[in-house]
Amino acid sequence: MKSLEELKAIRDRVKNNVTLRKEDADAIRVVVGMATCGIAAGARPVLAAFTEEVAKRGLTNVMVTQTGCIGICQYEPVVEVFQPDGKKTTYVKMTADKAARVVTEHLVNGKVVEEYTIGSISNLK
Amino acid sequence: MQELSLNVLDIAQNSIRADASLIEIRLTERSTDQFLEISISDNGCGMTAEQVAHVMDPFFTTRTTRKVGLGVPFFKMSAEATGGTFSIVSEPGKGTTTTASYCTGHIDMLPLGDMNATILTLITMNPDRDFLYRRSMDDKVYTLDTRELKAVLEDVPLNAPEVSAYIKESLEEGEAELLGSPAV
Repeated sequence: MKSLEELKAIRDRVKNNVTLRKEDADAIRVVVGMATCGIAAGARPVLAAFTEEVAKRGLTNVMVTQTGCIGICQYEPVVEVFQPDGKKTTYVKMTADKAARVVTEHLVNGKVVEEYTIGSISNLK
Repeated sequence: MQELSLNVLDIAQNSIRADASLIEIRLTERSTDQFLEISISDNGCGMTAEQVAHVMDPFFTTRTTRKVGLGVPFFKMSAEATGGTFSIVSEPGKGTTTTASYCTGHIDMLPLGDMNATILTLITMNPDRDFLYRRSMDDKVYTLDTRELKAVLEDVPLNAPEVSAYIKESLEEGEAELLGSPAV
């Protein structure tokens, strides 16, 4: 079983180089809708995929957070990406696989994944 | 909801909105009489008797973005469909306890699903709040208390990647132990 000793070792290892994800203006914010509608549509694995991918790549300039219902329940799971320059992208009908692609293309390389955005989905309807 | 662990995640969001600093999630399972009880208890702002009556109504919600509030009705339905029970005990200023019990052998019993993912999501998304997770299967018990973890961690946050990996492994080991399968 996991012991508190083990946690102590992690603390000592991490303590000095813990890069606090500050809520500063330079951070990219990834916000996942986690109300009843989002959760029922599969937001939990999407949120997990974002936090895992961001941790794996060591992206200290990205903050993954959650919010409630933003009122477009039929498009859930909905993920909003807020860039430091004020630009906002709304991704809809997300999955864990799509989340990984958004991390690579948008968060790392700065290129919005147009085909997952609300603009392209609602036009197709 | 396809699995009960998603209902738990959803109901716990209400505790967070109620500004609870401590949220206790308890699962009590007995194989002998096919019984499962799930309770989510918080020290948040609580509700009046009138509000408690209202939240069971799908057409009541405090939000303004839409007109329905299905979280509590979904959870209630999942329990009652199996011949189980559902209750909310709340007091303004003290907190709220939501309890659902299930007859797990019933044909309408939903799978419990990935409880570990629910607990990990709650902890890492709300590192400033505390969570007590206690899951028992017959006489075996697994407990995770973020207050204990924080006492060890000092300034290192619960959502530091190394720490969430530790929590995830602890949850997985605990579940494997409870369910009697060897740890992976």
